[in-house]
Amino acid sequence: MKIVSLILRTTVRFLFPLLLLFAVFIFLRGHNEPGGGFIAGLVASAAYALYSIAWSSKEARHAVGVETRMLIGAGLLVALVSGLIGALGGQSFLTGLWGYISIPPLFKVEVGTPVLFDIGVFLAVLGVTLTIVFALEEVE
Amino acid sequence: MIAILTFSIFAAAMIVPLFFRNGRRPTGWLIALLPLGVTAYLASLFPRAANGAPETFSYNWAEEFGASLSFRADGLSLLFAILITGIGTLVVVYSGDYLKKNKNLGRFYGWLFVFMGAMVGVALSDNLLLLFVFWEFTSLSSFMLIGFEHEKESARAAALQALLVTGGGGLAMLAGIILLGQAGGTLELSALLSNETAVQSHPLYLPALILILLGAFTKSAQFPFHFWLPNAMEAPTPVSAYLHSATMVKAGVYLLARLNPVLGGNDVWMYSVGGVGLLTMLAGSYLALFQSDLKRLLAYSTLSILGTLTMLIGLGTPRALEAVAVLLLAHALYKGALFLVAGALDHETGTRDVTKLGGLFRAMPVTAAAAGIAALSMAGLPPLFGFIAKELVYETGLEFNSWLMAAIIFMGLSNVFVAGVVGVGPFFGRLVKTRKKPHEAPIGMWLGPALLTGLSLLAGLFPGGVSSLMVSTAVSSAAGEAVKVKLALWHGINPAFLLSLGTVLTGIALFAGRNILRNVLRKLEWKWGPAYFYDRTLDGMNVLARIQTRLLQSGYLSLYLIIIILTLSFGAGATLFRIKDISLPLSFSDFRFYEAAIAGLIVGAALAAVVLPSRLGAIAALGVVGYGVALTYLIFGAPDLAMTQFAIESLTVILFVLAFYHLPKFNILSSPRSRRRDIGIALLGGVLMTALVLIAVNVEIAPPISDYFVQNSVEQAHGRNIVNVILVDFRGMDTMGEITVLGIAGIGVYALLKFRRNRGGRQ
Amino acid sequence: METILAFVIGALYAAGIYMMLRRSLVKLLIGLGLLSHAANLLIFTVAKLVRANSPVIAAGEQTLSTPHADPLPQALILTAIVISFGVTAFALALAYRAYKSVGTDDLNEMKGTDV
Repeated sequence: MKIVSLILRTTVRFLFPLLLLFAVFIFLRGHNEPGGGFIAGLVASAAYALYSIAWSSKEARHAVGVETRMLIGAGLLVALVSGLIGALGGQSFLTGLWGYISIPPLFKVEVGTPVLFDIGVFLAVLGVTLTIVFALEEVE
Repeated sequence: MIAILTFSIFAAAMIVPLFFRNGRRPTGWLIALLPLGVTAYLASLFPRAANGAPETFSYNWAEEFGASLSFRADGLSLLFAILITGIGTLVVVYSGDYLKKNKNLGRFYGWLFVFMGAMVGVALSDNLLLLFVFWEFTSLSSFMLIGFEHEKESARAAALQALLVTGGGGLAMLAGIILLGQAGGTLELSALLSNETAVQSHPLYLPALILILLGAFTKSAQFPFHFWLPNAMEAPTPVSAYLHSATMVKAGVYLLARLNPVLGGNDVWMYSVGGVGLLTMLAGSYLALFQSDLKRLLAYSTLSILGTLTMLIGLGTPRALEAVAVLLLAHALYKGALFLVAGALDHETGTRDVTKLGGLFRAMPVTAAAAGIAALSMAGLPPLFGFIAKELVYETGLEFNSWLMAAIIFMGLSNVFVAGVVGVGPFFGRLVKTRKKPHEAPIGMWLGPALLTGLSLLAGLFPGGVSSLMVSTAVSSAAGEAVKVKLALWHGINPAFLLSLGTVLTGIALFAGRNILRNVLRKLEWKWGPAYFYDRTLDGMNVLARIQTRLLQSGYLSLYLIIIILTLSFGAGATLFRIKDISLPLSFSDFRFYEAAIAGLIVGAALAAVVLPSRLGAIAALGVVGYGVALTYLIFGAPDLAMTQFAIESLTVILFVLAFYHLPKFNILSSPRSRRRDIGIALLGGVLMTALVLIAVNVEIAPPISDYFVQNSVEQAHGRNIVNVILVDFRGMDTMGEITVLGIAGIGVYALLKFRRNRGGRQ
Repeated sequence: METILAFVIGALYAAGIYMMLRRSLVKLLIGLGLLSHAANLLIFTVAKLVRANSPVIAAGEQTLSTPHADPLPQALILTAIVISFGVTAFALALAYRAYKSVGTDDLNEMKGTDV
């Protein structure tokens, strides 16, 4: 199955970093503009999936850096922790808490546990999709 | 504190079995320290209950359902709870020796403690829903304990029978509790007590009463549900002594006594509770006469006592309630002892058949002495506690008419007879040779009967002490008003005493002629009892299950789908048809050209996916459908959905291509006829869905709930993209569930694809 | 447009059901895909269609002012899309495993529990 055209490889070489960057962008704006963890996770998955088709799942795995199933667990754990932060403060599980990180007058960023939760969603979606895609590709 | 106490027993249920791992076998004496400590603590609460300030505990659990974790230790509760933990202590010690060689002793203790915790919970609960939860736990642990020797088919059948009967009753009781809550406005027992008139004049009173009585009657093995109790004798003997004589079967009686101030005091209560109790008393007394198995003898006489207790609660006079408390206590003491003796006899001789036992006094003197004294208490002879109980029952009977008195005397006779057969017969007379050579039981196994009998004797000799205190406070709770009880051993020569003297003498005569009596009565045995109907019902349900399985579970996936689609079409279609005042908005004008083009693209691609003969073509067509749907989302204000759909669609196409590479080509497998049938069904489903959308678009049942999200998105959740805010904040718990499911799917795919089946590795 | 989409949804359901009734396992999977599109579109349409105005609050505002699409069904559908992806993937893997074990993709041959 690995008769891949040069055009695809060349395209992917340019597209891959762009897609990842796009995923980060979509994730960051997700709370205020269309986007978010689900979509960003899927876009990032698409990037790695393209990569694995253009080269091989082995190299794509190398590009991911960690075992994809670890990403699933990490995502669930991050989401759980984000929920527990609210719970430990005496409020109910998954209560959103917000605060600011600011270095005046340079910048001021709003951060909250829902952002952390969204990171968990992102990681879980990425992990699940890549686990499935790579496993299907590696069927002999 | 009393809540912690209850849950600590459950904790013990989990911890104790751990001590039995790796072949270790701690002694029952050590394990018995926990129930002993609990008993001591409960006893220390008695003075407070007697002074009218019982220990309570309350914690909000699920307020909207009226369920709270509230406990209350008043006189009746404490009497019952102390009975449970006190006898429990002895049973724990006894079981250590009785099941010495059993490899599952750890599990046995685990379930025994589950039971004990549940029973203490039933006794101390002040909230009816909480009581119900504990109640069900007792049914469950009873199931596990009756079926403890699960290799035996009869044990499994008996366990199932007990569970079905008591569990079914429990469900009825839950419904009754909910109705009672509606009628009384609260589920707290202590609060219900002051709502007596409101409850009894409420239209739901009668249904609530019937349902609750069903629960109590099944649990306490009242006629016609009595048949499960003798069958439950399949359980190891300590379980029979504990659950099926001294404690669990009395839970129904306890509940009746507890609810008497709320539900009782009228004719319906008196005739239903009193009548059922009377029938049970007579049935149990009669059926006991011709048994020859030690445990079944005791089981039927237990039935007669349970019936007596229920009947007395139905009568409801202060003296009757006094008799209930005293008989409850006295019966637990002597019957517990006799059951444990029966177990010891079985253990040492290898048989429980009374016709094969005799003359064992020399071999087992301590057991024999305990059995003899317990039997005297059961027969109602002075100076034992059973005597006081029996006098009270007789005096209650004399308050009513002579028919009732006659029935009570018959019960007394039967009990004298059984006491003789169980407590005296095996130990005196000619020594009968048994399979095992009999010798005295180990200390753990005679200590229980000896202590219980000792208590029977002490309580009989000194009725004015602790027993008066315990009984007074308990009766006050059951009557709903303060009652001062003064127990005395000797009431003088009165009609009750003369009648009981006559009963004892006649009973002894019956005992002397026991073999003849048994043989005569056996000829009259009747097979059309309630147990017969239970069996037939069970058989019928199995037949029904088989028929409908054969009918519906054909194994053809397409057939299942057809059934589902047809059911849906006709069910939903019929409902849609009946909605009259809805006009279908068949307006095709409100659209733009490109929208119609996209719609056409989707339909065309869907058709292509169906008819294209190649797999890649079908996958591509499916992809086009997906992109078309994504465009629709984009046009109608859902950019998040559109982006998700685009990404997912691309990934899905990749997945399909990767998977289909390993799967066979499209084949035409079905006949033209079945294809025509399927086209018809598919069109039917499609038409239904179209009609559903057309109608649903114009129906608004409730205002959209998303207004809340719209209003609070920026202010509370600090986000302007409301869809994302709903996903990660407002409904974060749902999303959490979703990514968990997704994770499981991912791991599942991985397992399906990566783990090769071990060929021939299946044993 | 609701009317047109109602017919689109009906067509998608009909196509999906027909494919799921085939005896071939691979066709069933295509049918599953069609059916999930149909279901998502159904939720979307029934919740009323609003052109272009997505439920995103403008910067500096506290709430939505103009008529806008309902955000709640969108959140539901977004979840459903991702879940159906998981289901499709699982079904594909299951189909692969079943085909390898049984040696056929004819569903009528996969009746018993013995392999």
